[in-house]
Amino acid sequence: MTDTDRGTQRDRHSAFSLFTQQSLPACKPVLTPEWVIMTFLFIGFIFIPVGLVTLRASHSVVEIVERYDIGCVPEPFRIDKVSYIQDDSIPKNCSLSFKVPKYMKAPIYIYYQLDNYYQNHRRYVKSRSDKQLLHGQNEHGISSCQPVEVNNDRPIIPCGLIAWSLFNDTFTFIRNRAELKVNRKNIAWKSDRGHKFGKNVYPFNFQNGTLIGGGKLNPTIPLSDQEDLIVWMRTSALPSFRKLYGRIEKDLDVDDVVVVHLMNNYNTYSFGGKKKLVLSTTSWLGGKNDFLGLAYVFIGSSSVTIAVVFTLLHLLSPRHYEDTSYLPWN
Amino acid sequence: MVAASSRKRKGKIRWSKLYSFAACFRPLTSKERLAARELIGQPGFSRVVFCNEPHLHKRKPYKYPYNYISTTKYNVLTFLPRALFEQFRRVANFYFLLAAIFSLFSLAPFSRASLIAPLVFVVGISMLKEAVEDWHRFLQDLDVNNRTVKTHISNGVFVDKLWKELRVGDVVKVNKGEYFPSDLLLLSSGNEDGVCYVETMNLDGETNLKIKRCLEASLCLNEDEEFSKFKATVHCEDPNPNLYTFVGNIEFEKESYPLSPSQLLLRDSKLRNTDYIYGVVIFSGHDTKAVRNSTRSPSKRSRIERKMDHIIYILFSMLVLVSLVSSFGSLLYLRQDMVDWWYLQLPDDNKVNDLDDSNSEKYDDRFFNPSKPVQSAGLQFIRALILYGYLIPISLYVSIEVVKVLQTMLINKDIELYDDVTCKSVQARTSNLNEELGQVEMILSDKTGTLTCNQMEFRKCSIAGVSYGGDITEVDLAASMRMNADFEPFEFSIDETDGATRSFEPFEFSVSSFSAQNGNARLTKTEGPVIKGFNFRDDRLTNENWIHGSNLFDITMFFRVMALCHTGIPLEDDNHKMDKLSYEAESPEEVSFLIASQEFGFQFCRRTQSLMVLREFDPSSMKEVEREYKLLNLLEFSSSRKRMSVIVSNEDGQIFLLCKGADSIIFDRLADNGRAYEQATTMHLSSYAEDGLRTLAFAYRTIEAAEYESWNTIFTQAKATIGPEREELLEQASETIEKDLILLGVVAVEDKLQKGVPECIDKLAQAGLKIWLLTGDKRETAINIGFACSLLRQDMKQFHLSLSRDAESNNQVKDMKEDILQQIESSYKMVCEERNKEAPFGLVIDGKALEIALRGDVKDEFLQLAVNCASVICCRVSPKQKALITRLVKQYTGKTTLAIGDGANDVGMIQEADIGVGISGMEGMEAVMASDFSLPQFRFLERLLIVHGHWCYQRISKMVLYFVYKNVAFGLTLFYYELYTSFSGEVLYDDWYMTMFNVMLTSLPVIALGVLEQDVSSDICLQFPALYQQGPRNVHFSWSRIIGWILNGVVSSLVIFLANIYILSPTAMRENGFVADIDSLGATTYTCIIWTVNCQIALITSHFTWIQHLSIWGSILLWYIFLLVYGALPPNFSGNAFQVLVEGIGPAPLYWMITVLVVVVSLLPYFIHIVIQRSYFPMDDHIIQEMEQCYKKYDVRDNEMWVREQRNSQRSTRIGFSARVDAKILSFNQQLQQKKLSIYRSVTNSPIYRSITTSPFS
Repeated sequence: MTDTDRGTQRDRHSAFSLFTQQSLPACKPVLTPEWVIMTFLFIGFIFIPVGLVTLRASHSVVEIVERYDIGCVPEPFRIDKVSYIQDDSIPKNCSLSFKVPKYMKAPIYIYYQLDNYYQNHRRYVKSRSDKQLLHGQNEHGISSCQPVEVNNDRPIIPCGLIAWSLFNDTFTFIRNRAELKVNRKNIAWKSDRGHKFGKNVYPFNFQNGTLIGGGKLNPTIPLSDQEDLIVWMRTSALPSFRKLYGRIEKDLDVDDVVVVHLMNNYNTYSFGGKKKLVLSTTSWLGGKNDFLGLAYVFIGSSSVTIAVVFTLLHLLSPRHYEDTSYLPWN
Repeated sequence: MVAASSRKRKGKIRWSKLYSFAACFRPLTSKERLAARELIGQPGFSRVVFCNEPHLHKRKPYKYPYNYISTTKYNVLTFLPRALFEQFRRVANFYFLLAAIFSLFSLAPFSRASLIAPLVFVVGISMLKEAVEDWHRFLQDLDVNNRTVKTHISNGVFVDKLWKELRVGDVVKVNKGEYFPSDLLLLSSGNEDGVCYVETMNLDGETNLKIKRCLEASLCLNEDEEFSKFKATVHCEDPNPNLYTFVGNIEFEKESYPLSPSQLLLRDSKLRNTDYIYGVVIFSGHDTKAVRNSTRSPSKRSRIERKMDHIIYILFSMLVLVSLVSSFGSLLYLRQDMVDWWYLQLPDDNKVNDLDDSNSEKYDDRFFNPSKPVQSAGLQFIRALILYGYLIPISLYVSIEVVKVLQTMLINKDIELYDDVTCKSVQARTSNLNEELGQVEMILSDKTGTLTCNQMEFRKCSIAGVSYGGDITEVDLAASMRMNADFEPFEFSIDETDGATRSFEPFEFSVSSFSAQNGNARLTKTEGPVIKGFNFRDDRLTNENWIHGSNLFDITMFFRVMALCHTGIPLEDDNHKMDKLSYEAESPEEVSFLIASQEFGFQFCRRTQSLMVLREFDPSSMKEVEREYKLLNLLEFSSSRKRMSVIVSNEDGQIFLLCKGADSIIFDRLADNGRAYEQATTMHLSSYAEDGLRTLAFAYRTIEAAEYESWNTIFTQAKATIGPEREELLEQASETIEKDLILLGVVAVEDKLQKGVPECIDKLAQAGLKIWLLTGDKRETAINIGFACSLLRQDMKQFHLSLSRDAESNNQVKDMKEDILQQIESSYKMVCEERNKEAPFGLVIDGKALEIALRGDVKDEFLQLAVNCASVICCRVSPKQKALITRLVKQYTGKTTLAIGDGANDVGMIQEADIGVGISGMEGMEAVMASDFSLPQFRFLERLLIVHGHWCYQRISKMVLYFVYKNVAFGLTLFYYELYTSFSGEVLYDDWYMTMFNVMLTSLPVIALGVLEQDVSSDICLQFPALYQQGPRNVHFSWSRIIGWILNGVVSSLVIFLANIYILSPTAMRENGFVADIDSLGATTYTCIIWTVNCQIALITSHFTWIQHLSIWGSILLWYIFLLVYGALPPNFSGNAFQVLVEGIGPAPLYWMITVLVVVVSLLPYFIHIVIQRSYFPMDDHIIQEMEQCYKKYDVRDNEMWVREQRNSQRSTRIGFSARVDAKILSFNQQLQQKKLSIYRSVTNSPIYRSITTSPFS
């Protein structure tokens, strides 16, 4: 008692002295059973509804996935797909058809999905030059583009492995013999188009080398409008990924048959990668993904269970709080 | 004028006459003289000093250092290399240095800046701290170096000169009460016979004054003017640390005289009882013996920090393991699959051959070279080591340093640790050991100046069988008060049930009745003026009331012994009232006697060579009269004689021998008719002793003139003898006269404890600390203090280890060893037998026995015994032994030891202990300089340990564990991502995110935790000292906790990573169909990490002030702000993070939902763990928190349960005041029981009772 009395005599009011005397007003939460039960119940009651709403959103999404990498190789070439894809003389067109399982409301997003494709490989990711993409030929900071930076002693625009390996399959969609218009604008981030890819930078010396990777670019269109390239240059995080190809801005009805004419140009055969075509609507949450909803529901219901178990334990064999028999000296 | 003349007169007293056979005047034997002469000039004895010619010492070969002293670790030039070296001795720092070097060669997965910046920051802060600490040391040195001393310049003129400017050969004049600036050769002193008194407490801890004497030849140099022409040359030994030897000779006026240690005045000792001395500087600065004796303070590391190294090793092996996995994985991919990944354009063997040489170089990627897979894997390994470096918390050290500096600041600022008297406050001199304060198990304490004030107070006396000054000891008082308090609730319940038993007497042992029973002491509460050295309240003796006493003659004689039997001299003090004198004597005890006798009306006013003058109060005339006593002989006090006598004759020619001494010695020498009061006095003696008072018995005898004459001739002869048999003869002579004494009584003086010492020791004992007392003082004093501090008590079994007489006289090491070993073994046997019983043991050992006991083969047995005793007291120990004990205890028990002391003699111990504490209230600075913490008073140790130690321990351990968790959780996500990138070394997060992680985004909460966390408030810490045991038991930093936290980190990292990749891939993350790319996934995962680790620290924290709230929630907010700002920078700077929040993840509800989910899931395991722990395995601090919470509404301390628990927590305490009170209560209760039993018996035996019980009506 005397200690605190003495303390009060000196000025205890200033915040600084409260700090130096380590007597700042503090909140000291103590974990009582009530708090524990309340917390778990709270988590449960928040998470279960959120999870259910999420699941509902995920279920409202209609998704069609069609693998075409094997189907699009004609029977005779299936033994050696690599030589088929590398042989320019063989036409690569191919067509698919599928039935729409459910009503799909526009916009319907078209993705191509690549599996076992390591776009996140360090050598690959680093092989680009943001400066060049924005400022074009003036910039010489293209050493980062190794090993695709110059060809015939002239710099390549856009340089680097990523651009060089641009995906170049193309798709056209036909429903009831009428072509479905695919909107291929605004598929890339606006900031990418506006600030990372130059409006005055045109492809130059691209895909002119001995090794030809992926797609070619129209040298008359500035990079900022080459949205396919921009999408491709946003490298994916995982070896299995989708990339936006375009949008169908018409609804698709149930049992509509959609025929896809595609140019199967891109070589995934050498490394055993898969190619898929994906049509998907979106909900407010994005694409079809049950994991989030399930996780929410699971955690929510676990919390409720824990709360119940803990309540029972607390009722059956309560430990009285401030039970002094637990003190070491008792 | 009067004062001046009397001072002159006092100076003329020949002290050598007064101390009739003091051993230190033993002249050198011719043999020794010869030996010394032979040594001079030999190697090790080559020093030459030209006295009064310091200019000769400016050139070689006689160039010696200035008197400048430096205790700093670095100087301007050595700071950078040495401090850097110190920094990179730490494993973690060295690792980061390597990482930074690699980053220069494009090996690293990160940008250079992001690797080098944190390292520079971390090392910079640590070095800054070192620099500041060293600066403080420098300032302290400056303080010492800038003291001044009167130094001779020329022609007999002395001027003030700074200590640091003194040179060897300078003649200095040191006045009374000043410290010697360096080792001086005493030339002459203010006393006629060239004697001076020196207090060496700072050097060896002994409180009695040492006598030094100059050579006869230089006696004449006692005026300033004499030095104008003075010249002499000293040849002596080289600088060495030996305090007790000095070999040399002085050539003065063409004669050579040998020098001995008694002419050497050591630095750090103080001139006392002598007006001034002249001396010549022999050793200066770092050559002085005191400085040579001091060792550079070792850098100490706390236990937690040492354990932290092991954690770093664990994390490091984790790092190596995942790096190996990564490099091996990359090897497999490179060998098997990667060649087929055409989009990587790997240098294929065939293709390389096709291309010309210039191109082949360009394709050469060292990390992915299929033609050299092993080399690539090796490089990948190095890259992985750097990449996963986040497992090693680089900022841990710097955060800890910052936290410790802040903790130190708070400790220094604590008002409760501020001493109003000395205006000093606690100073944590190093910040390394804050948390070690919370783990102390053993305290080794010095006595004088630490526990006691080195001041004696007259407390009680027993004259002619009557005790004066009060009977009740404080223990009795506390015990009776406690018993009353205990009985009250009990009594209350009785009241309700049965009114008839109300007469039951709980107040039986109350203060009033207790004192009434045991004597008629009248405690006067009226506070008179406080007289230093006199704390005696009994109006039967004060104010000349003693004249009404019954044994007037005995009382008068008693006071005469007090006033005459001493070696003191009165001191005129101009400021003082003329009728009261103050005194100076060899020991403070004697001073207190003189003051007491003055208070009683027997003022000792003058001493001349053979005369002592008393101003006595004469009972018959009721007036003060001046009486002269002729001092015939003085038989000196020595530790072996344990008594002192004077033979005086009064004005009537009666010869008295007045004797004072240890009670046992006096009682042995009593005459048959002198034992009248022996029984009563013995009783009083034991009660005084229990209170820790030092007692001395007074006795006298009258000597017939004839007997005196015959004895005096023998005595004079003995005195005149030269040679080793002189002392023996003197002893025999005094033995023959000091006999047939008549006992007068005893006095009890208190070696005054410093304020709050018993309470502090009590609290420390309750906290489970063991306290050892190590003192240079003699055994009796040490035991008294043991009692006064409640380290010893009457019902405690005491073991006294000392050399028995024959073993000592034999001087055979083997005998001594056997002797000690035997004592130890028998004592230990007793301890083993009675260990289960309540009674604790006390061990008292003296320096000589200790010397044997600490030898190689005995020490284990000794320590085993000592550790099993509740308290240990070591007396007459040298500074070296103190250090040795400390080291052995530390090694043997493995427990954290704290040494506390105030003088230079404690420096060894302070440096040796895990924590050294110096008392700063005293004048000497040596102990403080060597210490880790300095306190103005011993009592502050209580708060320093129990509050700050406890807090700091908790804070630092929580902090380190959290750090480990945080970095494991973050670092492992990097590794998991590698599994998805074919181990190519790609990083999920932007470089700057990662740099920000330890520096900004998670550092402030952990610093707030480390500085401000409190499990319970300081009041409660002090009320439940038992809480302190968490530290010594190390509950917060055990291996199971460490592993637990690492596992928690692993779980969190898994949850964070898996949830993110499963939710974000491969479908769209927004309504507009955009999918998550590497940057979105990285930013989302990173957001989850920031939330998780910051919420985790919120779960750890149990004490939220606004600072914690701000730092935790502010850090999370800061991440978003950072992301916004960083994303808004032009893409040249921000790269792929450009607009990532605004355009990429911010608008996606998925992003926010993932954050919530991941935070909850990753914290759930820990939360369930603490819920289970709290509910079913609570720790003491949990319970106390709950108790506090529950009773917040009321005043906690009044609560019954609170008080009961407080009491319970003290139950196992074995030493200290409370324990003593408990023991007392136990014995009171036994008495009470017996009393009740006897009442019951007497009632049941009474005829009335019998008639009632046998009556048919019942």
